[in-house]
Amino acid sequence: MKKNRLLTIITYAFLVFWALIVLFPFYWMVLTSVKDYGAYNAEYIPRFFTLFPTLQNYADAFTTVPLGRYLLNTLWFTVGTTALMLVVITLAAFAFARLQFAGRDIVFTLFLALMMIPNELVVITNFTTITNLELRNTFTGLILPSVTSVFYIYLLRENFAQIPDELYYAAKVDGTSDLRYLRKVMIPICRPTLVTITILKIIECWNSYVWPRLITDDADYYLVSNGIQEIRENGFGRANIPAMMAAVVVISLPLVILFLLFRKQIMSGVARGGTKG
Amino acid sequence: MKIILSHLTKTFPGRGRGNKKKEDVTAVNDFTFEIPDGKLVGLLGPSGCGKSTTLNLICGLQKPTEGQIFFDEEDVTPLTPQKRGVGMVFQNYALYPHLNVEQNIRFPLENLKGEDKLSKEQMRARVEEAAGLVQIGDLLDRKPAELSGGQQQRVAIARALVKLPRVLLLDEPLSNLDARLRLQTREEIRRIQKKTAITTIFVTHDQDEAMSISDLIVVMKDGLVQQIGKPQEVYDNPANLFVAKFLGTPPINVFDGRVENGSLFIGEEVVLKLKNVSDQPVHVGVRPEGFVLSENGSFTCRLSRPEVMGRDVSIVSTHTASQNPVVRSIVDAECCEHLSGDTVRFMLKPQKVFLFNQTTGERIPFEIER
Repeated sequence: MKKNRLLTIITYAFLVFWALIVLFPFYWMVLTSVKDYGAYNAEYIPRFFTLFPTLQNYADAFTTVPLGRYLLNTLWFTVGTTALMLVVITLAAFAFARLQFAGRDIVFTLFLALMMIPNELVVITNFTTITNLELRNTFTGLILPSVTSVFYIYLLRENFAQIPDELYYAAKVDGTSDLRYLRKVMIPICRPTLVTITILKIIECWNSYVWPRLITDDADYYLVSNGIQEIRENGFGRANIPAMMAAVVVISLPLVILFLLFRKQIMSGVARGGTKG
Repeated sequence: MKIILSHLTKTFPGRGRGNKKKEDVTAVNDFTFEIPDGKLVGLLGPSGCGKSTTLNLICGLQKPTEGQIFFDEEDVTPLTPQKRGVGMVFQNYALYPHLNVEQNIRFPLENLKGEDKLSKEQMRARVEEAAGLVQIGDLLDRKPAELSGGQQQRVAIARALVKLPRVLLLDEPLSNLDARLRLQTREEIRRIQKKTAITTIFVTHDQDEAMSISDLIVVMKDGLVQQIGKPQEVYDNPANLFVAKFLGTPPINVFDGRVENGSLFIGEEVVLKLKNVSDQPVHVGVRPEGFVLSENGSFTCRLSRPEVMGRDVSIVSTHTASQNPVVRSIVDAECCEHLSGDTVRFMLKPQKVFLFNQTTGERIPFEIER
């Protein structure tokens, strides 16, 4: 009994410690974002609290750069990419799971082989392609390279393949077209997976940095990730860290809200993705 | 509506590995048969005999390699399943798990286009009618996972019936049910079929099932039709050794025997006197009910044990010429009280004895010499 209690205490102490480590950067972010610019720069040793919180940094973040516009750009980019990707991967997964055509398995194997090539390598060729197509500084150029995902096609195909063939035959006997079967039977049955994929893709889009940074040099097409960088560079010789942190808080909020709303889905999705991938 | 199958053949291309010569596999071989209007027909055979393929061909899910299918006078061979107007019930029912019972039954109706398109009220009425027919009117809001096997089966039948098919096809309809439910459900299928008078074909590997509810049974083996007829006729008059072995529980007893000078020998004993049979070695099939206990019977077996089954007694014995490990005979319970000793003697009922050619397995007709 006593031993158990000790073990519980140790466990909780460890968890609390770990939680502090994980939460500390968030605390630091919020803390810095409410520190006065002058006070922040005056600190030789960073303080762990502030007695005079201010919202001035938030105002600065929105005025020194068009953060509102960047947020809108990001929203548009995220919604566009995710929606297009869902259409593309659903149709691709359906074809690989359900349709019979020559070379299906070979094509699918080639798709899987693509997963072995690191993203960083592809970025270079993508950049050349998009530049040659003169799609730099356009939403098309931003969105196009990420409208498909081999891993999600694979994940969804496996899910589709688990639906018994008889359902398809039954639907065929009843005169259901392939697309209608996909819409009325396969998608509803695999909805949990699709929701998970959607959420993961939204997070991925929202956080994307390298690609938008490469493909845009016109501020009209900047995403929030580039916006942060811009605030940093706008600091009159010295980086305006508090304003940057304010921007980071604003940018993180939608994701935090998304996470709180769909916590269960995300966790199970990550677990599922982990065991399958 | 009657269904005519004309020289129906289906071959699948052979695949490598296990089947190294890449021989084509013939699942259904030259199947010709006319199914009369409004009858319940059972396709019966061991697994892999082509009965499910036949069903899929009639349904239209697979295209025949050769031959044609007619519904009445209409050649439906090139038509897609939905144009044929068939209803199909799959072995695992194939209910859509995310839809409730009502939506499941309504699903085929929502596919109707053009002139056939139904209004919401018409659909509702049709769904209720179909659900009423299979007596699941009170389950319409449930999801398939919340139903028992028997109820799922009924939903599947209702879904097949809701579009008023010309032909109803059932693939192993009872195999997923427990023994008790199976008896109930087969009566149910019979009742529904009688009521709707839709020509129905069902596939089974269970001869009990096929015998009990079919108007006609078709016995198949390796893609070839062995025999077609009314259940009792096929049982009483098997065309060959395979059919004789396949029908009947307990199974038929098969012995190695021979015909010599008009006498049928099993071992060294003459069990019957025959006319019009040339001398040859034969397989002798004797139905379990073809044995009569008799103290001076001509057929002697080594007694193992009697098995009491209530109304009847099954006498288990052995015989050196028997191809089965034991000889099973069914006799009335009253007449076996005096069973004792190591041996048991029987007379054989001639109409329960069949002779088969030892090489081809074909039936050899005979007459009894009195």
